[in-house]
Amino acid sequence: MERLNRKVLILFAHPAFHRSRANRALAEAVRDLDGVTFHDLYEVYPDMLIDVAYEQDLLLQHDAIVAQHPFYWYSAPALMKEWLDLVLTHGWAYGQHGRALEGKLWMNALTAGGRHESYEDAGYNRFSIEELTRPFEATANLCRMHWRPPFVVHASHLQTDDALADAARRYRALVLGLMREE
Amino acid sequence: MRQDSFLFQAFVFLAAAIIAVPIAKRLGLGSVLGYLLAGVLIGPFGLRFLADPDALMHASEFGVVIMLFLIGLELNPALLWRMRSAIVGLGGAQVLACGGALALAGVAAGLDWRIAVAAGFTLSLSSTAIVMQSLRERGLAATDAGRGAFSVLLFQDIAVIPMLALFPLLATAPVAARTHPAGVAMLPAWEQTLAVFAAVAGVVIAGRVLVRPLFRYIARTNLHEVFTATALALVVGVALLMQSVGLSPALGAFVAGVVLADSEYRHEIESDIEPFRALLLGLFFISVGAGVDFRLILAQPVLIFAIVAGLIVIKAAAIFGVARLFGRGPADAVRIALALAQGGEFAFVLFNFAAQGGVIPSETAALLVAAVAISMAVTPLLMIAAERLPGLLLRSEERATPERIELETPDVLIAGYGRFGQIVSRLVAINGFRTSILDYNADQVELVRGFGNKANYGDASRMDLLRVAGAEDAKVLVVAIDDQAKALEIVETARQHFPHLKILARAYDRRHVYELMNRAVDDWERETFEGGLRLGAKTLRALGFRAHQAERAAGLFRRHDERQLAEMYPHWSSDNTDAYRLATVARQAMIEDALKRDLAQHVHRTADDAWDTESLDAENARRVQGGG
Repeated sequence: MERLNRKVLILFAHPAFHRSRANRALAEAVRDLDGVTFHDLYEVYPDMLIDVAYEQDLLLQHDAIVAQHPFYWYSAPALMKEWLDLVLTHGWAYGQHGRALEGKLWMNALTAGGRHESYEDAGYNRFSIEELTRPFEATANLCRMHWRPPFVVHASHLQTDDALADAARRYRALVLGLMREE
Repeated sequence: MRQDSFLFQAFVFLAAAIIAVPIAKRLGLGSVLGYLLAGVLIGPFGLRFLADPDALMHASEFGVVIMLFLIGLELNPALLWRMRSAIVGLGGAQVLACGGALALAGVAAGLDWRIAVAAGFTLSLSSTAIVMQSLRERGLAATDAGRGAFSVLLFQDIAVIPMLALFPLLATAPVAARTHPAGVAMLPAWEQTLAVFAAVAGVVIAGRVLVRPLFRYIARTNLHEVFTATALALVVGVALLMQSVGLSPALGAFVAGVVLADSEYRHEIESDIEPFRALLLGLFFISVGAGVDFRLILAQPVLIFAIVAGLIVIKAAAIFGVARLFGRGPADAVRIALALAQGGEFAFVLFNFAAQGGVIPSETAALLVAAVAISMAVTPLLMIAAERLPGLLLRSEERATPERIELETPDVLIAGYGRFGQIVSRLVAINGFRTSILDYNADQVELVRGFGNKANYGDASRMDLLRVAGAEDAKVLVVAIDDQAKALEIVETARQHFPHLKILARAYDRRHVYELMNRAVDDWERETFEGGLRLGAKTLRALGFRAHQAERAAGLFRRHDERQLAEMYPHWSSDNTDAYRLATVARQAMIEDALKRDLAQHVHRTADDAWDTESLDAENARRVQGGG
């Protein structure tokens, strides 16, 4: 049997998780895995007051970081941005001496309202997911982390239960893959 | 020792019940059958401890009176209105179908049609006492079948009024032939009818105008036993009033109960007289058992057996048909039919009334009373059959356990409705949850109800009162009272009796928090903490902080304080507060340092904050200077 020796931190941000089908399916698919820490930011910080020391400590204990969130306004819910603003401090996460995250993996797991075709030059969103997630890619890069292309569930409101179950299976396989990587 | 001494009699009753009831329950027969067997055991045809079962029957009928009062109490007008179609439809059809079928059977057996009608409709009534007790014991009271049976029983209880009113019109014998004319029985038929309605109206009006202010006045004295006495006095008073005009005391009590059903004292009254109901009802069942006239049965065994069998078969068949007609599934219909197939305690009253009124000859009445008693005795057996039968007769998918119907079950119980509890309650209620409020301040409850809120008067540290307020169905209990010791008491009671409840408590201070934690509350909030913190944040703003900065400072303060509170818990014990004080002092400096560091880093602009770019600027400046 293969060794799953890498630990995955799932930074989960969804201010309306109670209404979300897609993110619930994804979350249920991975939260029980050994070696996965499912960190529900809106549940831990209802006051938006992020505990930076705790978060940094948590990052150090993991090898791969998965930011799982809805793709609000081509980005993430506000608390995820707050987390980035506060936790990735200069001199710790980036900068000349900021090497705490060096070599870790970074991946976004997104649920998007638009269909796949909408994220094309001719689509109404005009830009591809790849282009729109550049800020995350740049962040990972500045922190000397390895960028993984995002996992995306498109048209999340329109998916059937079967399709969501299928997406959840693929997500679980992907997360298991992150645990396996050298 | 004299056999008729009160203490001896009481001891015999209690001992018989203690011996027979647990055995019956253990055998799966239910407590009702246990009481009935105990009655037979000590009755004139058993050990003969009980000389005069009739006298006992009269005394213990008061148990039925109390039961109907309590049933009335649970039926506030709104609930009655919601169940109106089941009550009038199912209940009305049941009485008409059973009464009609039984009357036809009577005529076929050669009775005068007037006797047959009176007897038929009297026998169409089932035993509320036996059925409700058995349903409750088997956990069926809140199921579809249980609700159906309850609706029918309710209609029957109401149907007694017109029956009492109309029976005099069916009189076959001249008035002079009556043995014990009393009260309204002396009046001509139409005046009797009028008197019944007048008495019921009198109870309703008196209940509205006099009784509620009386309870309010008594509640303000805060004397618990006087409150109980008042509740009992009310029931006894109504019973006496009804008896004095020759009407059913049970009926009067039922009406009085309905009148008080939407009052704030309902829960307190309910739990105060519930023990009386349980014991007296047991006594009633014992007296039914003791009252079964074995001499009469042995004299005419075939006739009695035929009456009992005919009664149960005709009734069950008619009710099954009616229930199916009203859209009940076959399994439910069987349950309802077999549950209600017996004669009821009203039959004793009505046959007595009818015999006195010359409607039914007294020999016939005696036979019918014996038949009713036997049919009541076999009811628990029929209900056991009702549970097995559908399973044997029906396909498996119809056997699924009946769903519990949610009827007015609260989500949250809130003990204490002062300034604190109100905020909790309003927030929870406006988010769509049902709250049930208990407060021990009569003025407060009245004030709150004045604004249209649901609040009840009572002491939340009493297990029975928590139960009637809905503790078995609620998910969360909020203890929001300001009395520290009382709060701990409520938590203990609730933990012990309702382990499924999440308990959240209002804490006075740190020590109180620890006392609450010792009793395993799920969460707590110090009553003045948030208020003080908010005003502190506002003070920082007044001193020049930006709003967000002040907010973050307060938020960090809260986090550190709560963390420290949790960390100090192991050092605390109620016996040794000195040790706790020393430990706190020892850690005080460390804790304050940690908070200051956090504040410096994340609120003020002195260190490595991400919102603060000083270090980044410095690095960039070095890079530019270094040419990189």
